[in-house]
Amino acid sequence: MADLNSLLATETAAAEGTLPPEALPEPRSQGKLVLRKFLHHKLAMVSTAVLVLIILLSILLPIFWKHSYEDSSFPSFAKPSAEFPLGTTQVGKDMVSQILRGTQFSLLIALTVSILSTVVGVVLGALAGYLRRFTDSAVSRVTDLFLIIPQIAAAAILAKVFGSGSWYIVALVLAAFGWMQIARITRAEAMSLSQREFVDAARASGAGTFRIIFKHLVPNMVGSITVNATLAVAQAVLAEAALSFIGLGVQLPDTSLGRVILENYAQLQGRPALFFGPFIVLVLISLTINFIGDGLRDAFDPRQRRMKA
Amino acid sequence: MNLVLYVLRRLAISVPVLLVGTFLCFVMVANTGDPLGELRSKPGINAEAIAATEHKLGLDQGVVARYFTWLGHFLSGDWGISIAQGNALAPVQPKVMAAFTVTLELVLAASVLALVFGVLVGVLAAVKQYSLWDYFATTLAFLMFSMPIFCVAIVLKGYAIRANVWVRDLGLSDVLGNPWLRTTSPESLSATGVGDALAKYVGAFLLPTLSIMAITFAAYSRFQRASMLEVLGADYVRTARAKGVSNSRVIWRHAFRNALIPVMTLFSVNFGATVTGAIITETVFNWHGMGTLLVEAVNKNDPQVLMGWLVVIAGSVIVANLFADLLYGILDPRIRIG
Repeated sequence: MADLNSLLATETAAAEGTLPPEALPEPRSQGKLVLRKFLHHKLAMVSTAVLVLIILLSILLPIFWKHSYEDSSFPSFAKPSAEFPLGTTQVGKDMVSQILRGTQFSLLIALTVSILSTVVGVVLGALAGYLRRFTDSAVSRVTDLFLIIPQIAAAAILAKVFGSGSWYIVALVLAAFGWMQIARITRAEAMSLSQREFVDAARASGAGTFRIIFKHLVPNMVGSITVNATLAVAQAVLAEAALSFIGLGVQLPDTSLGRVILENYAQLQGRPALFFGPFIVLVLISLTINFIGDGLRDAFDPRQRRMKA
Repeated sequence: MNLVLYVLRRLAISVPVLLVGTFLCFVMVANTGDPLGELRSKPGINAEAIAATEHKLGLDQGVVARYFTWLGHFLSGDWGISIAQGNALAPVQPKVMAAFTVTLELVLAASVLALVFGVLVGVLAAVKQYSLWDYFATTLAFLMFSMPIFCVAIVLKGYAIRANVWVRDLGLSDVLGNPWLRTTSPESLSATGVGDALAKYVGAFLLPTLSIMAITFAAYSRFQRASMLEVLGADYVRTARAKGVSNSRVIWRHAFRNALIPVMTLFSVNFGATVTGAIITETVFNWHGMGTLLVEAVNKNDPQVLMGWLVVIAGSVIVANLFADLLYGILDPRIRIG
């Protein structure tokens, strides 16, 4: 780092406009600032590490694992041992492979739900917030409409309508009734952003509605969109688990952690490993994502000077 | 006066929303399955008989016409009959309302308790910010918030047996009943006297209420903490302290009341989420509420029951939201005048 004198010299030169461009300190973009704050957030970093570990294990471990998830030739209800770290289920399937496969599907469904509901929510919210008047009324009424129907019931009925119970159908129906919160938040932000001068300037230069929304409004809402999308993943994991637990979500041959718990929860008294295995993984996934979302929220907050210990 | 007009206007807007909502539900439910599927698969029934049955049940009309037929019947009190097997063609309305009463009891009990505990913990966490208590409360809130409700219910149910054994060993089973903590529906309870009734109802309600409470309490405590911190930094609090008002008076009489306002509205708006939680918890504890009704109706393709279910829940969510707005208007005079 330069010493005080050369620092003064640089600053004076910069003020006079006589510095060559390479000597100026590198401007920090918003992305870099946010990343730096996030990396210093210990809880968020630990959670990211754990989550990445879970994701990697669920994708890679089944390749090397000694037992296949389909293989039901093992003894029923075997005790946890070196051969079967969490024991086997009633039909004789290895619990660890069930959990690995369930995790894959749970994560896949949650990610899909979050992406879909974020896209729909942001587009509708931004349109409502920017265009106001009729569009705002219409979108708000539609949002109210979808809000009065509980997500789990609507998802259960729609899953029955489509009949299949595949993971992408479940993801679709959950997203169909899960975009409302993001839409509301985006609408409020878009409304306040629309009052700013840069929107007037853009409009004056002839920018059309979609250009203003996607090139001006959305980039300024990146913080809230990212945080809410992350929290939506955690919500989706739990919502899908609940739906599958009551039997109305993912159907065989697809599975999920909720389904694995459904198939094994009656064993809590005698064989706790069969319940606590998927339970702990589910809680870990949800917990880490919530912490990451909280860390992102702190990182994006310009008022937060203090780095969380 | 403004408030009354506001409520009336909100009600007026809610009606078309409810109508369109019920139409949306009707389209969904109408496509869940073929009510005549069983009939069609029976051998020896010719096409004429099937067509006649279709006409009798009104299934040969378009969706919109069928919706209005259903609406007409519904509004005049005829909610149809449950066509699920094993239900002996029971009328839908008493079935749904009975289930709803059960769920409502659970939701109200859990909501009130979660609010009380959540608010208290939130206030404490805000007043002692960054202390050990604050970190503990925050961590607990995050943990509970990330828990799936049905897992909390399963764990509580599983350890209820051990708790009951413990109660029995302590010799309290004469007072509290044996078993005290019940893990099934409270319908079959018969009590002798108030004390007995109290013990029995607490025993039956405790676990499901705890399950739902555990999660909503976390949200309330976080929210109350944030709201409280904001209020504690406000000018009027500083003025009160400067005037020499005691700390506890500042906290409870000034800060707490104002911090409570956004949390109360969260309480009402959270109703929908709490109902969802209750629905899931009921299926674990086998209560005959909206949860088990939904699962049964979806599995058995029972359209009339599903429509009744959806209308009751949608109506209750609208009422809860209206209540939230009303409460906000009453508690915060700035809304009324501004």
